[in-house]
Amino acid sequence: MPMQREASVGNLAGSSSVIATTAQAFRRKLFDQFMFGIVVLCAALAVVVLAIILLDVAIKGAPALNFAFFTERPLPLGEVGGGVAPAIIGTLLMLAVAALIGVPIGVGTAIYLAEYGTGRFADAVSYTIDMLAGVPSVVVGVFVWAVLVRQVFGSFSGLTGAVALALLMIPIITRTVEEMLRLVPDTYREAALGMGVSRAKTIMYVVIPTAKGGIVTGVVLAMARAGGETAPLILTALGNQFFNLDLMQPMAALPLQIYAYASSPYADWHTKAWGSALVLIIVVGILSMLTRLATRGKF
Amino acid sequence: MMEANVATEVAPAASARASEAISMRVEGLTAFYGAHRAIENVDMVIEPNAVTAIIGPSGCGKSTLIRCLNRIHEIVPKARAEGKVLLGTDDIYAKGIDAVAVRRRIGMVFQKPNPFPMMSVYDNVASGLRLNGLAGDVNVDEVVERSLRQAALWDEVKDKLKAGGASLSGGQQQRLCIARSIAVQPDVLLMDEPCSALDPIATYRIEELVVELKQRYTIAIVTHSMQQASRISDNTAFMLAGEERVGRLVEFAPTRQIFTNPQDKRTEDYITGRFG
Repeated sequence: MPMQREASVGNLAGSSSVIATTAQAFRRKLFDQFMFGIVVLCAALAVVVLAIILLDVAIKGAPALNFAFFTERPLPLGEVGGGVAPAIIGTLLMLAVAALIGVPIGVGTAIYLAEYGTGRFADAVSYTIDMLAGVPSVVVGVFVWAVLVRQVFGSFSGLTGAVALALLMIPIITRTVEEMLRLVPDTYREAALGMGVSRAKTIMYVVIPTAKGGIVTGVVLAMARAGGETAPLILTALGNQFFNLDLMQPMAALPLQIYAYASSPYADWHTKAWGSALVLIIVVGILSMLTRLATRGKF
Repeated sequence: MMEANVATEVAPAASARASEAISMRVEGLTAFYGAHRAIENVDMVIEPNAVTAIIGPSGCGKSTLIRCLNRIHEIVPKARAEGKVLLGTDDIYAKGIDAVAVRRRIGMVFQKPNPFPMMSVYDNVASGLRLNGLAGDVNVDEVVERSLRQAALWDEVKDKLKAGGASLSGGQQQRLCIARSIAVQPDVLLMDEPCSALDPIATYRIEELVVELKQRYTIAIVTHSMQQASRISDNTAFMLAGEERVGRLVEFAPTRQIFTNPQDKRTEDYITGRFG
């Protein structure tokens, strides 16, 4: 009996010994380790690249950071000191208004596509969102400039900047939130519907709370992208060297400030550009963390 | 039932509820998914205060049938049904009847326990009331306790009502789902293979619970286990899908009769295990 079993297993392995030869086992193991190594290398590369960028910005930008940098407005060339406070406030304000516009539209569209979306209108909406996602941000800026800045308002303003940012945020929010909603298992919808709960309430009180984490991720991703956009803001918010909370006036923003400082020929301003870049990264990072903290419920 | 010799009858409280239990009658029910006919011409009765089991091999349409009984099959796009399903004297498929209202009176428990993950045990049981806007009219604490007691879960969770719904064991989760369904006091409780995902001990406890619940509710249960059907049901419906994969009701009779003296040869073949 044992003899029979050995022979058949041996046939499997293609040799006449038990299970497999040590050479074959070694080759197989080597290949496994090799593939594992390659994959780990790729991951490490990604982390290293990110770390290099962050470190570079941090090292070059740190010299510019002081209390004045965060609290004062930019000074004309030649004067020492000054800061990017108007730009920080402007970025936060425009992001807030953009979120106010973009999140309801994005989430609403996502809900429509994920929960109700069948038929040609839904297909058209889905396709349009995909296309909107591919529009270059400068083109969005030109569009908002042509319609709002030139036609409607007749002047550059923080509001038009926020609208441009919202247009950039909507496709990201829609796509991410739609995926997250689809990930909520149907069984929970059925459980609610099975108790005689209407579809709208099922979505509002069961599906969305379950997908809450994913929705927040989508919003944070969209805000991170919008926070760093420069081209659309050049054509809409324009930028401002003074403190300004009026959305109907031109408004400062960190990307604009970085651009202004970096494209100048002055070394001091270059350092300030790095400093502004570092501040932008920090601001977006804090925003993401706060959004997650604020919306974390019991899991 | 309201006579003096209560000793042989059910407990008085249940008896008061029992007189309200409603029967369901299915007439000529045919269900479609798009163009495909899933079940055809089903006629049966679901008696009040009794457990009706629906058995049959995989793909015979038993899940489709039970999902038609509270119109929840309609949430699948392009699914529809023809025929009549009477709850008492009302046809739930009549023109103008709101499917949502139907499901408030005919509740459903599913195969895989599905307590809402974002809610605590307490909130899960109360969810039916709250989401139907009924929480203002009742003492929610009372309803939650009563439902959990009826579902034989109160003693196990009374100290952790705030714990997440998903923190319970599989069997407990299923009893939580049952508590959730009965909190809104439906007339009928439909159960689609409620024990499939559970271990034998949890299964046994749920079966005990079902037999107890029939004193208050009308119950229909789909089960892939013939033994379960013979253990707990009063009536049994045997379904079978032919070659065109259209499910038909082959035989419907009191459980004892189906398992000891089936009238149709196909029923006999199934229960004796000649095919499964």
